[in-house]
Amino acid sequence: MTNESAPNIPATPGEYLLKVTNLSAWYGAARILFDLNFEVRRGEVVAMMGRNGAGKSTTFLSVMGILERYRGSVNFLGQDITREPSYRIAQMGLGFVPEDRRIFTELTVLENLDIGRQPPRGWPDGTAISPWTPEDLFDLFPNLAERRHMPAGRMSGGEQQMLTVARTLMGNPYLVLLDEPSEGVAPVIIEQMVSLIHTLKAAGVSILLSEQNLHFARQVSDRIYMIEKGAIVYSGTMEELLADSETSNKYLSLGAL
Amino acid sequence: MGFSGLIVQILNGFAEASSLFMIAAGLSIIFGVTRIVNFAHGSFFMIGAYVAYTVVERFGDPMWFWPGIIIAAVASALVGLMVELTLLRRIYRAPELTQLLATYAVMLIVQDLVLYLWGPVPLLGPRAPGLEGAVNILGRQFPTYSLFLIVAGPLTLAALWALVTRTRWGRLVRAATQDREMVSALGINQAWLFTSIFVLGAFVAGMGGALQIPREPASLEMDVHAITSAFVVVVVGGLGSLPGAFIAAILVAQVKAVCLWIGILEIGPFAISLSKFTIVVEFVVMAVVLIFRPYGLMGTRPALLRHTRNLTSSMLIAPLRARGWILAAIILVAFAIVPQLRGSFPYMPILMLEIIIMVMFATSLQLLMGPGGMHSFGHAAYFGLGAYAAAAIVGYWNLPLELALVVGVGGAVVGAIVLGWFSVRLSGVYLAMLTLAFAQIVWAVFYQFEGLAGGENGITGVWPEGLFGGRDAFYYLAVGCLIVSLAFLYRTLFSPFGYALRAARDSAIRAESIGMDVSRLQWQSFLLAASVAGIAGALYALSKGSVSPEILSASRSIEGLVMVVLGGEYAIGGGMLGAVVFVWLRDTIGYNAEYWRAVLGVITIFLLLVLPQGLASLLRFTESLKRAKE
Repeated sequence: MTNESAPNIPATPGEYLLKVTNLSAWYGAARILFDLNFEVRRGEVVAMMGRNGAGKSTTFLSVMGILERYRGSVNFLGQDITREPSYRIAQMGLGFVPEDRRIFTELTVLENLDIGRQPPRGWPDGTAISPWTPEDLFDLFPNLAERRHMPAGRMSGGEQQMLTVARTLMGNPYLVLLDEPSEGVAPVIIEQMVSLIHTLKAAGVSILLSEQNLHFARQVSDRIYMIEKGAIVYSGTMEELLADSETSNKYLSLGAL
Repeated sequence: MGFSGLIVQILNGFAEASSLFMIAAGLSIIFGVTRIVNFAHGSFFMIGAYVAYTVVERFGDPMWFWPGIIIAAVASALVGLMVELTLLRRIYRAPELTQLLATYAVMLIVQDLVLYLWGPVPLLGPRAPGLEGAVNILGRQFPTYSLFLIVAGPLTLAALWALVTRTRWGRLVRAATQDREMVSALGINQAWLFTSIFVLGAFVAGMGGALQIPREPASLEMDVHAITSAFVVVVVGGLGSLPGAFIAAILVAQVKAVCLWIGILEIGPFAISLSKFTIVVEFVVMAVVLIFRPYGLMGTRPALLRHTRNLTSSMLIAPLRARGWILAAIILVAFAIVPQLRGSFPYMPILMLEIIIMVMFATSLQLLMGPGGMHSFGHAAYFGLGAYAAAAIVGYWNLPLELALVVGVGGAVVGAIVLGWFSVRLSGVYLAMLTLAFAQIVWAVFYQFEGLAGGENGITGVWPEGLFGGRDAFYYLAVGCLIVSLAFLYRTLFSPFGYALRAARDSAIRAESIGMDVSRLQWQSFLLAASVAGIAGALYALSKGSVSPEILSASRSIEGLVMVVLGGEYAIGGGMLGAVVFVWLRDTIGYNAEYWRAVLGVITIFLLLVLPQGLASLLRFTESLKRAKE
């Protein structure tokens, strides 16, 4: 799998990993997304920001090939993945951390990690991606280490959130779609998420995260896209957004700052 | 029978439980992961039995019985593999009812295939070499082979359990049982997972069938018996739970065993034969369990879906437009002139009368299925209650026919008040199984008790007199009932009640949160559907001149489902179209082809694959074709 796609993998940092063109999506007859255009470059952490119901999760589900009806084109590592089934997309190295966690509650922590396991990958420029092992992940998330044999459904919400990130990392992704990592978890977990994202970025993993919490996003992201009613209404670097409080107040919930 | 008799019956029960579990285990895992209710699973059991028989027969040495079990299991697994690759793989995304009917069609085809290969005579297999004898238990002889079966069940459970808990394959199975979309998003290709599960299930069922032949002959009814019991076991145990299936198998088998042991129970002047009761005991167990534990003994409540059910435009039900009304008028005129054609086509009015009755039956079921979203597997209960009530009025008391129709509706509605109340508390497969159980119980009551409505023979001599007693008059009465029923159902569909019912179907939680009483709405829809089914049943009894328990059988309920799905459950007139085509096909093929089941099966699969939205979509298709041309 890795070898097939190897020639197309960006050779140097800064090239496009993910490029989405004119993406539209529907739930049944209701149109949710309207011609979205965005991209993520190698080594970047990009935040897609917007209120509840703006279309962030739908965007991620569409990119992952989970949502059935969508139009437009999704390009990952130079390959068109618009019509690929989600397992192929995941096998190509695009990881997905869903907002509602979707851990396997009956399985233990270790078993959950095993479900996400995929063969190691490497960049064509020779940059090694050292494959994640459960022990690496337990170093990152010490809470999980203590609970490795516990059924995942018995853990707290924050621990489940960590597990879903760890499970996706077991697939050694080039890029992770991280859907609302700060939603509904305690402030202390949010702090851990911030340092986790920094660690992942340092390890060469690129991240596209969805957020409505600007306080969180500003600590981790290089660039942002603002999404409102299924359309991208603003894009820029984090510095630009922070300088423009009018925009952030307009599109994010009150008190986001 | 004394205490020793009880012990022997209980031991028998455990042996029975083992073979029940072997069918149910595969069914349960297959459902857990693929969400397919596999009607064809009984066929794998039957294939296993026949192949095992043939292996011993061909090699002429009874010792071949033991390797024959493995050969039979592999043969079943291969058939399973073929079914999965050629059929199921195409329909994993189809509505669950389509999948169910497709596997039902497979069952029909396999039945005729077995009939063709092995003939209709039941084949008694050899005794198991080495275990021919019997052991003495408290002075009674107990077959050694049954002791072996008692051990085989738990061993199978242990082997499957180890597979599921100790291997990566098993972890994937358990993960996919909970959330197969997420498993896919983590890079697992489900196609091979589904195939392997299906093949494993068929393997175990085939093994169960092979192990059965020293105890009972391989016969053509094996598949139906096996699948019905296995459904019960899986539902009682909790869908997708292996230990649950094991416990449920023991529970069902032991309740049966104890009934056999008690034999005739005398309460005061009444003597109830509990040994005859065994034909329905499993359904009673299922009904009781589902009422108290709606998701089975060890099942868990299915995770609440965050998003509302994925609505597709095909589920929208639109009122008839000019074209539709013209079509309806043409159909009506066609119905009306049929008696005038008696001279040239003497059989025509009889066939048409049956079609009219089945249109009412199917359309009333369609109200529950399409707009209601409830797949009732026991609609024959209301049809039959209506038929029995009407037959009693005319046949027993010689009262007028008009009264029979009214009482027929009443009988069906009373049934729905009770049975519907329990049914609407469940949803999905559980609702389907509870309605099936209720219908089977009603059937058993009429079948069993001679004193009530003639038992097995039913009520005969139901020949109405008076104004509508004549052939043509009765026919026009039926047409009248059809018009009134369809108008009533149509009106219901586009009344506030009809919209509320669809809202409850699409998102029960949202409907409740804006103040709708979902259970009550669904209960009411059961009553409405039952009233139309009741009048259809009454007309049926009066037209045939007799009524027997066969009218309540599960196959009639399933025929109704086939009609609705063939026609299109969300299309106006879908039930009608399906009923017309189905009755006509059965009439034409049934009397002319030896292997009519297989023909019906092939046609069903063909239609499901080509027209997944039902025959009614064909009409829409020509419409859109025209639009495209313009």
